[in-house]
Amino acid sequence: MSEQSLRWAGNDAWVITWRNLTVWRRVPAYLVFTVVQPTIFTLLFRYVFGGAIPVAVPGGYVNYLLPGVIGQTAAFATMATAISLAIEAQKGVIDRLRVMPIARSAVLLGRLLADGFRMLVTLLVIVAVGYAVGFRFHNGVGGALGMIALAEAFGLALCCVSMFIGLALRQEEAVQAFGLIWLFPLTFVSSAFVPLASMPGWLQAFAVNQPVTHVINALRWMALGDTPLSHNGDNLWLSIVWIVGIIAVFLPLAVRAYRRVS
Amino acid sequence: MSEAAIVVEGLTKTFAGRGRDARPVEALRGIDLSVRRGTVLGVLGPNGAGKTTAVRILTTLLQPTAGRATVEGHDVVRDAAAVRSVIGLAGQSTAIVDELSGRENLEMVGRLHHLGKPGAAARAGELLEQFDLVDAGERMAKTYSGGLLRRLDLAASLVAHPAVLFLDEPTTGLDPRSRLAMWDVIRNLVAGGTTLLLTTQYLDEADELADEIVVIDRGQVIAAGTSEELKGRIGGDVVEFVVPDGSRIAAAVDAVEPLGESRPTVESDSGLVSVRVGARGSEALVETVRRLDAAGISSVGLALRRPSLDDVFLALTGHAADDTSDSEGVSP
Repeated sequence: MSEQSLRWAGNDAWVITWRNLTVWRRVPAYLVFTVVQPTIFTLLFRYVFGGAIPVAVPGGYVNYLLPGVIGQTAAFATMATAISLAIEAQKGVIDRLRVMPIARSAVLLGRLLADGFRMLVTLLVIVAVGYAVGFRFHNGVGGALGMIALAEAFGLALCCVSMFIGLALRQEEAVQAFGLIWLFPLTFVSSAFVPLASMPGWLQAFAVNQPVTHVINALRWMALGDTPLSHNGDNLWLSIVWIVGIIAVFLPLAVRAYRRVS
Repeated sequence: MSEAAIVVEGLTKTFAGRGRDARPVEALRGIDLSVRRGTVLGVLGPNGAGKTTAVRILTTLLQPTAGRATVEGHDVVRDAAAVRSVIGLAGQSTAIVDELSGRENLEMVGRLHHLGKPGAAARAGELLEQFDLVDAGERMAKTYSGGLLRRLDLAASLVAHPAVLFLDEPTTGLDPRSRLAMWDVIRNLVAGGTTLLLTTQYLDEADELADEIVVIDRGQVIAAGTSEELKGRIGGDVVEFVVPDGSRIAAAVDAVEPLGESRPTVESDSGLVSVRVGARGSEALVETVRRLDAAGISSVGLALRRPSLDDVFLALTGHAADDTSDSEGVSP
């Protein structure tokens, strides 16, 4: 790829990113999804369930909860990715972009960049809300930044899955109905909200070995340092392996689905 | 062939079937066509004839199963990128983002065409002016009417001054006034020298806008020529009248059938009966009045007219242009 075409590819991806972010800014419902919904989640778990769930971490349940909400939110943020792409494919917008002499990567890259930025805003909102209700980092600034970075990386990996689903299904209703159901067992049957020891054994077997648990344990470890419930960095390496693996499988699938949109 | 901006030879597209009785669908069964530079080709056919499939192949969105096509000398499969740099596409779906203003939409397209920010802004201004969108330009596109949206979309397809423009059913779904306005816009474009391939299911649209017309039915070209040539093919006049009382239509058809060269056709919702009477125009007209009167059938709007492209289509395919699935049910 020549320097010129690389520069154009960057320009094209940036224009699409700008377009996606402008739409996001101008549709109030999207802002509500991005900011209000995770805030409500944080408050609900903190005050409704929090008292009933004893956890052995410093600072109590709010400190246990927050990395869980962060991980879950990063996963759920990808719903918008699948839905937007399905709508664009359905309406023919993607076709029209493909008829222009733009870089083939622009639409998917622009989607990832815009949704990654949106996700970052959401994650920061949650940290701020968490601070207001008693959450505190216990592992320094590096740990705090590491937690945000890992959540972001995991969210982007799941965005690749969502891009594939959105482009493969190409129908908004289908994506709403079936495309994202997999997120619920993955996020709730994990260590996000309750310690795994409280689940029945057969469920634990799944929960212990699935990526969301690894990621959330790693987020917790980075936020709080060693605790009885997240006591070493193994989860971090496992998380990174999962993230790389998910991207390696689903990014090519998404690109293939994009080429086949017609 | 250097005169031809678009050349299509033996173009075939077969889609794998879907569902349980998955028979392959032959959308295009070997079409040939050629469009001279600076002229307008109207591709005319009913829904499902293969028009959109042909446009999608020519605009590099679909790969043909067999055959070849070139646009401005570039092969649509092997030189797809070169094709994309010389074409524009507008049509049934729009590239317009609802949450951006008309101006922002055009600027975005300009930046995707690498005009640079100032270049894109200048071009957007020109197009808003040219398409009479200056007032609407600052409003979000989601507030636009259907006609306004199509105009903006057409403007967007022209941002990079394409040598060849594809318009896929540009007026489908528009109200009559917006349709006429769209025709004016298209005429002006053509006057500027753009080569245009236009698909339509409206015969009057092809008649109005196209230099040459190809008629496509079920994936094949069944006729080609100028509008006059096509009309000449069936020659002869048509007697038309409307029977307001729906229950009397069948009786009316029986009454006038002996006058026609073929069985009269009926538009069942309007009650319009058409009889092709060859060269015996006025004589047949008088005879029609007599026969309807004798049968006690009241009619309105009795007229004798020259054949339209509608008649051509009927003569070529045996069914009306806007009527695919019910083609057997047209004549009672």
